[in-house]
Amino acid sequence: MTIVPNTLIGQGLERTEDLRFLTGTGTFVDDYEPAGTLHAAVLRSSVAHGRIIELNKDAALKIPGVHAVLAASDIGTDIPTIPLRLAPLSGFEKYLQPVIAHGKVRYVGEPVAIVLADSRALAEDALEVLDLTIQPLEAVPDWTAAERDAAILFEQNGTNVATRYKANIGDVDAQFRAADYTRKEKFRTHRHTALPMETRGVVAEWDAAAGHLKVSGATKVNFFNRRALAKMLDLPESAIDLLELDVGGGFGVRGEFYPEDFLIPFAARKVGRPVKWIEDRREHLLAINHSREIDCELEIACRRDGTMMALRGKIHGDMGAYIRTNGGVVPAKAAQFLHGPYRLPAIEVEVAAYMTTKTPVGTYRAPGRFEANFFRERLMDMAARDLGVDPVTFRRKNLITEAELPYSIGQLVPYETETQYDSGDYVGAFERCLAEFGYEEKEALAGKHMEGRYHGVAAVPFVESGGAGPRENARMTLGPDGMVTIGMGSSALGQGLETVFAQIAGDALSLPFERFRILHGSTTLVEEGFGTYHSRAVVMGGSAILETAKKLRQAIREAAAIQFGCGAETVTVADGRATASDGRSLSFGAVAAEADSVIMVEATFSNAKRTYSYGAHAAHVAVDDRTGHVEVLDYLAVEDVGRAINPAIVHGQALGALVQGLGGVFLDHLIYDEDAQLLNASLADYLVPTATDFPNVRGVTLELRPSPSNPLGAKGAGEGGIVAVAATIANAIANALSSLGVEPKVLPLTPPVLWRLIQEARQG
Amino acid sequence: MKPPPFDYVRAGSVEEAIVLLAERGDEAKIIAGGQSLMPMLAFRMAAPKLLVDIGPIATLRRISVDDRGVTLGALVRWCDIERHAELSHAHPLLVEAIKHVAHYQIRNRGTVGGSLAHADPAAEFPGIAVACEAEIEIAGSNGPRTIMANEFFLDSLTTALAPDELIVSVRLPPWKLGRRWAFVEFARRRGDFALAGVALFYDLDQGRAVEPHIAAIAVGATPVRLALVEQTLAGKAVDLTTIREAVAAATASIDPPGDIHAPGDYRRALLGVLLERALAQAAGLKLAESA
Amino acid sequence: MATRTTRFTVNGKQVQVDVEPRTSLADALRRNLKLTGTHIGCEHGACGTCTIIVDGAAIRSCLMLAAQADGTQITTVEGLPRGRGEALGPLAASFRKHHALQCGFCTAGILTTAHALLSEEPDADADRIREVLSGNLCRCTGYVSIIDAVLDARPAYQTQKAAE
Repeated sequence: MTIVPNTLIGQGLERTEDLRFLTGTGTFVDDYEPAGTLHAAVLRSSVAHGRIIELNKDAALKIPGVHAVLAASDIGTDIPTIPLRLAPLSGFEKYLQPVIAHGKVRYVGEPVAIVLADSRALAEDALEVLDLTIQPLEAVPDWTAAERDAAILFEQNGTNVATRYKANIGDVDAQFRAADYTRKEKFRTHRHTALPMETRGVVAEWDAAAGHLKVSGATKVNFFNRRALAKMLDLPESAIDLLELDVGGGFGVRGEFYPEDFLIPFAARKVGRPVKWIEDRREHLLAINHSREIDCELEIACRRDGTMMALRGKIHGDMGAYIRTNGGVVPAKAAQFLHGPYRLPAIEVEVAAYMTTKTPVGTYRAPGRFEANFFRERLMDMAARDLGVDPVTFRRKNLITEAELPYSIGQLVPYETETQYDSGDYVGAFERCLAEFGYEEKEALAGKHMEGRYHGVAAVPFVESGGAGPRENARMTLGPDGMVTIGMGSSALGQGLETVFAQIAGDALSLPFERFRILHGSTTLVEEGFGTYHSRAVVMGGSAILETAKKLRQAIREAAAIQFGCGAETVTVADGRATASDGRSLSFGAVAAEADSVIMVEATFSNAKRTYSYGAHAAHVAVDDRTGHVEVLDYLAVEDVGRAINPAIVHGQALGALVQGLGGVFLDHLIYDEDAQLLNASLADYLVPTATDFPNVRGVTLELRPSPSNPLGAKGAGEGGIVAVAATIANAIANALSSLGVEPKVLPLTPPVLWRLIQEARQG
Repeated sequence: MKPPPFDYVRAGSVEEAIVLLAERGDEAKIIAGGQSLMPMLAFRMAAPKLLVDIGPIATLRRISVDDRGVTLGALVRWCDIERHAELSHAHPLLVEAIKHVAHYQIRNRGTVGGSLAHADPAAEFPGIAVACEAEIEIAGSNGPRTIMANEFFLDSLTTALAPDELIVSVRLPPWKLGRRWAFVEFARRRGDFALAGVALFYDLDQGRAVEPHIAAIAVGATPVRLALVEQTLAGKAVDLTTIREAVAAATASIDPPGDIHAPGDYRRALLGVLLERALAQAAGLKLAESA
Repeated sequence: MATRTTRFTVNGKQVQVDVEPRTSLADALRRNLKLTGTHIGCEHGACGTCTIIVDGAAIRSCLMLAAQADGTQITTVEGLPRGRGEALGPLAASFRKHHALQCGFCTAGILTTAHALLSEEPDADADRIREVLSGNLCRCTGYVSIIDAVLDARPAYQTQKAAE
């Protein structure tokens, strides 16, 4: 594969999009309001499980300025369900979410009706007087309750266990029998979510005369969503456009098809006026995809010297009340990534997905990896300690070496084929991390109690997949002013794609950075797009740009040839000009201006093979054993991304992911009670990191081994910064408290939780 | 999260405010900085029909430092306390405690009166008021009255204010020279409500503690004076032994409720740790917090 | 719905809004005055996204009623100092240089807060900057680049203060 040379690529250029964000001239969905807009509010169930008896709209409709209240009966007898987009585990199709509750409600926050009014305030006034009668049923607050099948969410399915499967490589039983040492533990990662700073929003406009629907505020997977919406509204896809504006972060949770993505367009078409819905923060916490709630029973088998022989893992995935568009990604990846970057003769995973009466679960940055790495690395440290092997030595001993790559980890995921780690120097990255971190020096403090605090360190290698296929598209249009407009199927949610794509295009076409206008995500831009998820935008979108650039060069050559009156093969295209063999030359702009038709090309980059970034994290913590408070004294994330198109952007993503991960260890927590009521639906009680919490974080981006599977050589980046945070911090805390024998197995590690572990260790 | 509908009126004087409150009774609520009230309105946890904005009443903004002590008008904001040149000498405990209140933007709007009236069990200023035996001056249609801080706070988010009353000012008694003091709290993140906190001071007479005042926040429905702890220390030197006794007295005399952020037993233990650290700080002792 | 008239100055311009009393200043700025640069992140004063400057002080515009803004001088992100022509002002330029933003949603609230801080305390150190910005949530950057950007903008404010 020819790797495109670096001129713009590799530069930490200042971002184009910053100009509007820094001057307050961006356009996020709430900034857009067509004339005549009605405002929507959603009536949500306040009961976790129940039968809908009646909705009385009378009082609500009497409020001046309230135009309509729409419930299931207004949609019809056939309520659409939201389809699976990914990861279809067997049985999941029976647990999909209807676009509005009908008959039953299954989680607190489930949409039951929408109100349309002149203002959001009036719509909320209407919500207060909508009289919803629900006959409560028994809540199913967690997977153990779900498994009992006493209260069943979907009576027609007869069980709350949506799917179960087993997968393995090698002979796990034989390895366990032959092992010198085994240990089994139970771990748990807790329910939390991504919390982008912008809540969701949808503005839908129906042009009855044209029979055309315009939906703004879309992102992530607009073409899939359009397809789904078209089917639900019984419209051809061409009658719908999903427009992507500026987006205030996604991290996986924004952009999947939610009930509101149907309800708002449906309402707009029904009432014949534009409808706008902006999610407020309280409903965001209730309604956005939750994630990470996994229980794991994990068993390890080793030789006496610390060589790993096998892992046996049981994953219990709490899926919430409905299977969302991301299907089984969370539990399936929590199982698959138990393997990690290690040499393992055998691994067996058993996965079960349970329906509970809580907000449905979707993917959040590094889904399943954050969890799996925590489970496996904790157990590895416990094993290392039991065997008297230093934890770093334990990693070194078991890490896959470069000579062993590509390394197959078989088919551990039912809906995927065999997985192979592609290229990398896992050991080199780990050593680099240890050196950069000053591990040896810091290790001298391990377990010491100084000035009221125990010090601990840990280092954890990781592997992470990215660049999901199958394809991505780009469209390039050359304007008479010499500007190249690029329409991308990729979505921008804050990752600086307008800048990164211009860098790639600039090098592909040998044009300056300023010549590009990058448009992203909207369905108006390309024939088909696949969106942004699984760290795929640069890998897939960027590579699509390379393909499209080749076509554009050819199109320019051909257009110029017509104008020169010569053969296209005699025209050279370089430095923004088309030149004939006799020396006549036209600028790109001039070629476009003189051409018979618009110079516009579209191309596809196809690739089924994932990319594998890898690296290591290291942490130094100080634990106040009397308050349970942990200070992160130093945290380093090292990742080989193959190729960093804009190193400053990659670095920023790594640090942001890292801090989000620290939130996921210490702060973020969606707290439910036994009635499956969410207790902390506000930012006063759902805590995320602030500027003072984790100031000592740093990252190093490596470009050691380009990916062999795309012409950019890029591995996906954006999630590597978070994947190993729980593992590394928990191991560092265990290391700090090793004299007490405290072994964290459950997240989050809040002060009261650590305090109790310490108390129990001291008393026990 | 839009508030329910209400009318709004600006009061130009305390008298005007009282008249408006008396007219509407329970239906009217005072708004000043709004930092506690506005979130409650956003969550529709309160639904007043009338908001009486006392912001224009300039007489309520004064800070006086004199031989009566420190008198803060109800509209004095946290940033005003921060900026006041004399207060770090005139009342160091107040100034230290205020450093922990919320965040920069909230400190530019939040008021002393608002904090007292809101009566969050974990708030710093009510804790200072109780610790210092502050006097709260109230005005209402039945005339002015003064109430001691410990009688003002009745329960979580509940005070002795009648519907037609508003806080005019709060007076902290004069601060004695040579006084030992400390303010220590523990919160999940900087600026969050404390999971527990201690405000204390004592005077010295030949190395012995005189009239210790020790209050705790976030360990009960209101800020509490730790009377048992004060008795334990009164007349004694504050040293590692008496500190240990004080901590035992403290943990024995409180029964903190648990919530989603911290269970009761953790808060109890935490309060003990904070008290220990606060006393050591006040006494100028170094704790050997060994394992 | 009875509305109330409020008059104030925003970014140097005198304006008037007629809104229901329950309308927040954030909503009045965004909806009535179309100054959509100020964003709304939570509506309960917990995230700092909506921060603007009122009479020189950084405040959360979701916690202030439009009615309370009567007679005030307000600066929003759109009114922060610019460079020559339409160039970014020194604070914004520093943010761009340090990649102190990603999705941009929290940025306006951080710029106004930092501007208010540096206008008063141009020598603020990293700890002070972090303390002040602890009231502004950002989910994308992890804050490191933001602190660097504010530190790096100080010379412009120091020069300004020296000139005053």
